[in-house]
Amino acid sequence: VVPGADPSARQLCFAWGPAEVLVCETLFGRTGGSRSRAGTAPRALTGSVAGTGEGAPSSSRVFVVRRDQDIYIQALRKLFNESHGIFMGLQRSEEELAGKSRKAQLVQVSKNYRSVIRACMEDMHQAAVSTRDPALQGQYSTQVSILSAMELIWNLCEILFVEAAAAGPLLLRLLDWVRLHVCDVDSMVREVLSSESPSKHKLFWNVVDVFVLQGRMDEARHLLSKEASANPTSMNMYKILDDLMKKMPVPSLGNTQTLTELELKWQHWHEECQRYLQDGTFASNPHMESICKILLGDEDAILEKKELMTTWYHFLVTRLLYSHPTVKPLELRFYAQSSMDLFLGGESSPEPLDMILMAAFEFEMHQVIKECSIVLSNWWFVAHLTDLLDHCKLLQSHNLYFGSNMREFLLLEYASGLFSHHSLWQLGVDYFDHCPEYGRVYLELHIERIPLSTEQKALKVLRICEQRQMHEQVRSICKIMAMKALRNNRLGSALSWSIRAKDAAFATLISDRFLKDYCERGCFSDLDLIDNLGPSMLLSDRLTFLGKYREFHRLYGEKRFPEAGRLLLTLMTAHIAPCSFWMTLLTDALPLLEQKEVIFSAEQTYELMRCLEDLTAGNPDKQKFQDDDVETTKVEMLRLALARNLARVIVKEGTVEGS
Amino acid sequence: RWRPLPSAALQPPDVFATGSWDNEDNRVSIWSAGDLGNAGLNGEYHGEPHLLCDIQHNGDVMDMQFLDQERIVVASSTGTVTIFRHHQNNQTLSANHRWEKAHYHVDQDTSCGGAACTGVVCNNPEIVTVGEDGRINLFRADQKDAVRTIDNADSSTLHAVTFLRTTEILTVNSIGQLKIWDLRQQRNEPSQIFSLAGDRVPLHCVDRHPNQQHIVATGGQDGMLSIWDIRHGTMPVSLLNAHEAEMWEVHFHPSDPDHLFTCSEDGSLWHWDTSTSVSEKPSFLHQGGRSTAYLSHSTINQSVVSAWLSNDPTKDRMEITNLIPNQTLSVNSLDVLGPCLVYGTDAEAIYVNRQLFA
Repeated sequence: VVPGADPSARQLCFAWGPAEVLVCETLFGRTGGSRSRAGTAPRALTGSVAGTGEGAPSSSRVFVVRRDQDIYIQALRKLFNESHGIFMGLQRSEEELAGKSRKAQLVQVSKNYRSVIRACMEDMHQAAVSTRDPALQGQYSTQVSILSAMELIWNLCEILFVEAAAAGPLLLRLLDWVRLHVCDVDSMVREVLSSESPSKHKLFWNVVDVFVLQGRMDEARHLLSKEASANPTSMNMYKILDDLMKKMPVPSLGNTQTLTELELKWQHWHEECQRYLQDGTFASNPHMESICKILLGDEDAILEKKELMTTWYHFLVTRLLYSHPTVKPLELRFYAQSSMDLFLGGESSPEPLDMILMAAFEFEMHQVIKECSIVLSNWWFVAHLTDLLDHCKLLQSHNLYFGSNMREFLLLEYASGLFSHHSLWQLGVDYFDHCPEYGRVYLELHIERIPLSTEQKALKVLRICEQRQMHEQVRSICKIMAMKALRNNRLGSALSWSIRAKDAAFATLISDRFLKDYCERGCFSDLDLIDNLGPSMLLSDRLTFLGKYREFHRLYGEKRFPEAGRLLLTLMTAHIAPCSFWMTLLTDALPLLEQKEVIFSAEQTYELMRCLEDLTAGNPDKQKFQDDDVETTKVEMLRLALARNLARVIVKEGTVEGS
Repeated sequence: RWRPLPSAALQPPDVFATGSWDNEDNRVSIWSAGDLGNAGLNGEYHGEPHLLCDIQHNGDVMDMQFLDQERIVVASSTGTVTIFRHHQNNQTLSANHRWEKAHYHVDQDTSCGGAACTGVVCNNPEIVTVGEDGRINLFRADQKDAVRTIDNADSSTLHAVTFLRTTEILTVNSIGQLKIWDLRQQRNEPSQIFSLAGDRVPLHCVDRHPNQQHIVATGGQDGMLSIWDIRHGTMPVSLLNAHEAEMWEVHFHPSDPDHLFTCSEDGSLWHWDTSTSVSEKPSFLHQGGRSTAYLSHSTINQSVVSAWLSNDPTKDRMEITNLIPNQTLSVNSLDVLGPCLVYGTDAEAIYVNRQLFA
């Protein structure tokens, strides 16, 4: 919804930009359909800009609608920047590492991503706590929950896909996952633990149950011991329960036991628990009895503790812990589906998060990504997760209809979003680099649209283009900067931009500007530039002429007349000078001709005369020439001076030395 | 930029300032570098750098320098030069003085467009700024208007400025020239112009040797580090192929000038160390506990020639270290004071190293 744009009041028209949409109010259908001027560049920062309509009775407005709001959230900047670093590290990491070490590397990358998400969550949480504005607080809290959900999903994907935990360690990982993410009970736990006599606390048994449900046996036993010491009558029961809990076989991370061994042990232990329960050992203490039932994996007993588990996936893991600890990854889907059904029990329908987790348990990676793309407002999550899964070689080349694969598609979308940001575009460049099919094209199109407010920014953009051999873009950017400089009368800057682009045409333009200035003012501006052109003089003929012409002036100033004269002549005869300038050059020759000393030799004088004749004879604007008195006077004076010089030089050259 | 220490201070610097660019909302911020094991103001332990205060700034921060312990001069891309004061009692920043339109273009279309102010240097109370408009301004901290302005000092963009002596400044521009300006003289011409041989590669940064005022280092757009001896000739003494992209800043270490630091668009920060010497020459001249070996060409009796000017590759050994292990985006700015180094990157990160010579 665009605030302020009312389709019923005015007809609206649209224009799609790279990352924004321009919505414009028109008077179409009213007084002749004049469109208001869309005057702002697509990168306007505010929501709407007022513009005046042409011939309209009232002003029309242009709205700039941003598609991606998330990238403007301050606290998420860290997420984008850090994840960019991790992304680059992943792309550059060695692919030759095989098997276990590669997997360990990928798991580490995944953990890094997750720690960045957590860090952001922390910051956002701090911001939410410290802000006084309730609207802002609500916003931050929403963001925190979104990030938390993202980390939950990512963690599960890491366990199931990246690490691809096998039966045995799988359960342990899932237990860790649940413990980390189901934290609604944490405050209750803290309360009970910190009270003076925990066993008397009314929530005591809840906490014990929580520990048992999460498989935290040691902590549960510790609490139970407090109860036992407070209540000696139940000492016997406690000892048995404690013993059972201690002996419970769990999968180990190392290879100390095989699955079959574990299963055997577990079977024995399960039977032992069964016996104690059937013997009625715990009959007098309902709490302990329910714990025993939980240990036996009794679904109803576990389901009774719904509030303590809060989520169906907690229920799933608890179930697995106490009934199928050696569950294989591919069996997860069945248990997941039934767990969700049992837990939700038809009261509530699954939420998007639940569907995503279910898809993960079913090992439907594409489904996970698809659902996440739909639910999340920003491409960050899916782009990075897909890239990681692709590096794990888990995604088949699932070709989308326009030819690129899913990873590339998501990265392109994400990076395009970054380019609409005034500052994060630099990150986008690297993402495009790693999209083999369309990355370069996207980059070429996007990079030209970055507003170049200062020279330093332009230099950075240029460097990016040059490193990727994007010559078109280099030329275009340099031209823009050079034109700007020219308009601001910074001829040196303009020249330095055209040198960078090796743009001869522009160098010619600048030189013409200089020469024009000279003709108007009679002296050179920016001598520091022209005197120090160096090898860049060769970039364009006009520039060379400028440099040499200035040199002529310098030589003249230093009274090195013969050299000056020779240079002047070369400028004309070698056709370095533009024809329009010849008159000026010949006029410059006048004082040399009029010197007491003869400067030009006979040869040179003939050359000069020829130049003059070429100039006057071949001139189509002869009429104009003749009308202009100053011009004709000049020509006459030149002819006279040339003739006189010729006379003198013939005499001089004809004279025999010493006689 | 590190906040300067009061003279005769023994502890390392602990406060630095940063200025941001390319944000919708740019800020000038003051940070504490984090105490190494001591409790902070409120008894909290701050091992990491943390923000003390910040203030909104109009336009990109192009350059900054501390005027004194409390005031910092900031150059903006809008052409404005601002002095901010850091109030340490309540940890706030306020704008103390502002020179708007210190740099501007006179454009035919618009009435007066601002031009970015690209460099600022201070020598309390004098402040010199240069900009994209090729203008040099001389301000005094307490005066409202510029003391002196040299319009059109350069036909191209002036990228950086530094003091050569108290009355002379050095500027570098985008056509590869190093110019000396004598501020005592009234004429608007540089007193000397140096340029690179060959291609006129734009120079982006300049710094003068703290003790030997004739040694100047500049960094170019092609990442080349040039060392100049401004007593002799108009061309650099040595050209060192350094970075692969624009060198944004070059700094001699203020108390240990055998060390030079450069940072670049290619994401690296190099530490150039000429203090180690392969030769058997004895190390003499101890400064404050750190022995500094000066390379002497033959005997001790000969004059000490700074390592930077020596051209002989067999005698001199320069150690160059890249201080950044995983480089990604550009390192835009750095500052070094005592044993502490701080630098900022385009990945929106600030790094502090408080044990540079450990």
